[in-house]
Amino acid sequence: MAVKEYTGVKKAYGPLIVLEGVKGAAYDELVEIETEGKKRLGKVITIDRDLVIIQIFEGTAQLSLPSTKVRFTGKPLEVKLSPDMLGRVFDGLGRPRDDLGEVVASEKRDINGLPMNPYSRVYPRNFIQTGISTIDALLTLIRGQKLPIFSGNGLPHNELAVQIARQSTIKEGEFVVVFAAIGLKNSDVHFILSSFEETGASKNIISFLNLASDPVVERIATPRVALTVAEYFAFDLGYHVLVIMNDMTNYCEALRELSNYRGEIPSRKGYPGYMYSDLATIYERAGIIKGKEGSLTQLPILTMPNDDITHPIPDLTGYITEGQIVLSRDLHMRGIYPPINVLSSLSRLMKDGIGEGYTREDHPNVASQLFAAYSRVQEVRSLASIIGEEELTDVDKAYLRFGEAFEKQFIKQDFSENRNIEQTLDLAWKMLSHLPEEELTRVSKEQMDKYLKKVK
Amino acid sequence: MEAKVVKINGPVVIAEGGNFVMNEMVRVGNLKLIGEVIGLDENLATIQVYEETSGMKVGEPVEGTGNLLSVVLGPGMIGNIYDGIQRPLESVEKLSGGPFIQKGIETFPLDTHKRWNVEFLLDVGDVVNEGQIYAQVREGAIVHKLMVPYGIKNKKIVEKMEKPELTVKDYVYILEDGTKLGMYQTWPVRIPRPVKKRLPESIPLITGQRVIDTFFPIAKGGTAAIPGGFGTGKTMLQHQLAKWADADIIVYIGCGERGNEMTEVLTEFPELQDPRTGKPLMERTILIANTSNMPVSAREASIYTGITIAEYFRDMGYNVAIMADSTSRWAEALRELSGRLEEIPAEEGYPAYLASRIAQFYERAGYAETLSGERGSVTVIGAVSPPGGDFSEPVTTHTKRFVRCFWALDRDLAYSRHYPAINWNTSYSGFIQDLRAWYSENVDEKFPKYRDKAMSILEEDGKLQSIINIMGEDVLPDSQKLVVRVARMIKVGILQQNAYSSVDSYCPLKKQFLMLKTVIDFYERAKEFVEKKVAMSVILREDIVSKIMRMKEEAKTEEDIMEVYKLVQEHFKSVEEKYKE
Repeated sequence: MAVKEYTGVKKAYGPLIVLEGVKGAAYDELVEIETEGKKRLGKVITIDRDLVIIQIFEGTAQLSLPSTKVRFTGKPLEVKLSPDMLGRVFDGLGRPRDDLGEVVASEKRDINGLPMNPYSRVYPRNFIQTGISTIDALLTLIRGQKLPIFSGNGLPHNELAVQIARQSTIKEGEFVVVFAAIGLKNSDVHFILSSFEETGASKNIISFLNLASDPVVERIATPRVALTVAEYFAFDLGYHVLVIMNDMTNYCEALRELSNYRGEIPSRKGYPGYMYSDLATIYERAGIIKGKEGSLTQLPILTMPNDDITHPIPDLTGYITEGQIVLSRDLHMRGIYPPINVLSSLSRLMKDGIGEGYTREDHPNVASQLFAAYSRVQEVRSLASIIGEEELTDVDKAYLRFGEAFEKQFIKQDFSENRNIEQTLDLAWKMLSHLPEEELTRVSKEQMDKYLKKVK
Repeated sequence: MEAKVVKINGPVVIAEGGNFVMNEMVRVGNLKLIGEVIGLDENLATIQVYEETSGMKVGEPVEGTGNLLSVVLGPGMIGNIYDGIQRPLESVEKLSGGPFIQKGIETFPLDTHKRWNVEFLLDVGDVVNEGQIYAQVREGAIVHKLMVPYGIKNKKIVEKMEKPELTVKDYVYILEDGTKLGMYQTWPVRIPRPVKKRLPESIPLITGQRVIDTFFPIAKGGTAAIPGGFGTGKTMLQHQLAKWADADIIVYIGCGERGNEMTEVLTEFPELQDPRTGKPLMERTILIANTSNMPVSAREASIYTGITIAEYFRDMGYNVAIMADSTSRWAEALRELSGRLEEIPAEEGYPAYLASRIAQFYERAGYAETLSGERGSVTVIGAVSPPGGDFSEPVTTHTKRFVRCFWALDRDLAYSRHYPAINWNTSYSGFIQDLRAWYSENVDEKFPKYRDKAMSILEEDGKLQSIINIMGEDVLPDSQKLVVRVARMIKVGILQQNAYSSVDSYCPLKKQFLMLKTVIDFYERAKEFVEKKVAMSVILREDIVSKIMRMKEEAKTEEDIMEVYKLVQEHFKSVEEKYKE
């Protein structure tokens, strides 16, 4: 099909331009916009007879109406795919950002992907050992899962993501890591990439960088570009892929900004009513497919505005993802790394990926017991802060001791400390030994005999 | 004049020309995407398209089909998994040539090759009427009855199909006016299927979940909402109900939720046994999966597709339970489409007709006498996902107006891994009075009394907890300490139920009653001794309390519970003797 070129942009506002007299534009198609020799990319977001509204990824700065040429490509926004992308760095739209030149593409694919048929999925149940006790024991990560980190500004989510990516092992070997930086600060990107380099893992990483200074609208495309490449590596080439998307809050902000320009009716806090569906088209791209070798695991990171878990961004994310790892400012202030708030965190797929044949037979009960005990610790602590520790019953005092140990020995671990699942579970029993045996209602007698004795 | 696309805005497309009727199903564009006419304005038709419209151009054709958006009802639905507009996902996989759903796929909802062994119930010369059952086939765990479509009255059969092995495309009888009674019928999803009359709901839907059956029961034909923030266990509870509820047919709608959850049902249900029939659970289950990443307008339709299928089985005289997870996603789909239509929003961007749509949906539940004189029911259990777990948002508040059971999931309970995290203070069931008689007759005449007692203990405990939170448990007099301790027995020993436990996942009613009796009788006896100033440590002997707390797991049969019961009685006997000395 011949590429059509138009001039005479009628209107420009925010990242949008309006063009009239267009014939044969397709909804969602990619357009190239040229102003004074500079090329930008955009996509068609509304068509009304011959009037077309285009959203420009790089924004409309310095765009003049008469000199702008618009070319309709007849294709959606696509990304080039090649096995040679391993180790490379790209921009938010998938163009090389390193100086290694263009990728020789074996094919190109629409970045929006297509919905995965639930009938074609395989239910994920293979344990990923991250070497981090809190995650492995209580929030077990499963291959093909989407498990976000809910963080706050200034909390060590980047460290945690790097540690997970570096230490994660599966029976079949190493992960390919796809890293999508969405509106990230330069220093964060530097930290993440150099941490990988130090361990020599960077040859297994594909990065897509949209920095804080890069165009806002481009952020809408960045996670999709990254996931299209991740799907290619997972389902075409058979790799186990871990996708880190950081920071999804910036993505949602971009979505809101754009929605605002489009004059849409806002829902909560000005975010568009379709944000849930939109986020789902990103997060639901995790999974495992029948008859395919690889898997796609997602580790999105978002910073909760004002540490508020009920804010629309974490809220809608939590409704889509299979659990969440919540970081706690309180633990962080007390010098505990990783500062994971165990009680508000959850891994939904954990139930079918732990226990006999997966991790260790006592794992489900131990996890349940730790949750129950630690939640009791919170009650006892709030009571102690009112009536004083001396007034507590002996059992309550035992809970305080357990809580202390649990945070300082079990949750707390070093940035480079890698504990295997056996060590983690034994340590869990050691923590439980601070409590009287009658309190351990969630583990069986046999398990107590077998494991509690060992650590006492 | 042929209709052509003139405007495209996501799933909303406007076509010019053509001669459509409201709610007509249409084929949009070169890819023939499925759509429904939702607005007419002179020669412009507003169309809601059930697939992604990317790549569509102005000027592409729109074809009418002359039919309203409908479902095909006949043998072959059970055990199947459909998308929101009843396309079987297995065929979609084949036609897509892979795991990703391609656009414009057209497929018939029933297997057209399978031959069914038909039992003919009528003969040439018989006169038929709407709703009448004329033939039947065995399907899964049930007998699938073929019913005369609505609108046919007093027609004589003039011809009968000779061979008994039929495919769904065959006819069974021909009527005097030439109408063929086939193996399937169609029904427009947005119109409730008629019944002869509605009956009061007086039989419980037994779920095997103690907090529901004992404390907040639901009747067959009733409605319930499960509201809860993320991670509070809505889906888990829906799965438990789909597994264990004593319904003949389960329709499970995954509406805008996770793909892996549907896969989980698909993997797990064929392997699990229905405790009553011994057959795999999948043989009574129909899945509708319109996951969150699938097109949003089909999500809007999925709820109606599901309930229409449920009504069809009700009309055969079955008890059907429908789980909709989550109605909030459906409401959001309404909001999104409403926004695209540039309607004036009411609360939080939702359209003003949100409340009436919710009401219409839940009103399709009920216990009824069908046109053929059978009794059947549709029970609707809808999950609600309030943003931020805030129950004052529009979907939750409107849903609350139209359901009779409200099983409120609580984030604090979920955080402490108390599952099911149904909060006993904020939940309610409007069926308690209606079901009293049934429980008295079928379980034990004392059941309602014990339940009331347990509720009052929990309520008193709620009040005492606020004191304990400030001053500690020690300041309470023994009589109140006892309430707190027994309330803990109820919470841990009865309300908490482990879905993964082979023993406790399903708890029969009789066992529920005996457990309740054990705890309440313990309380009554203990109270006597507290009044006599016996030490708490003697009354609440550690091993006895622990036995009660663990009986849900350790007592596998009714006899085992009675053992615990006897143990408790002996314990008090020995306390009594000691006290006498």
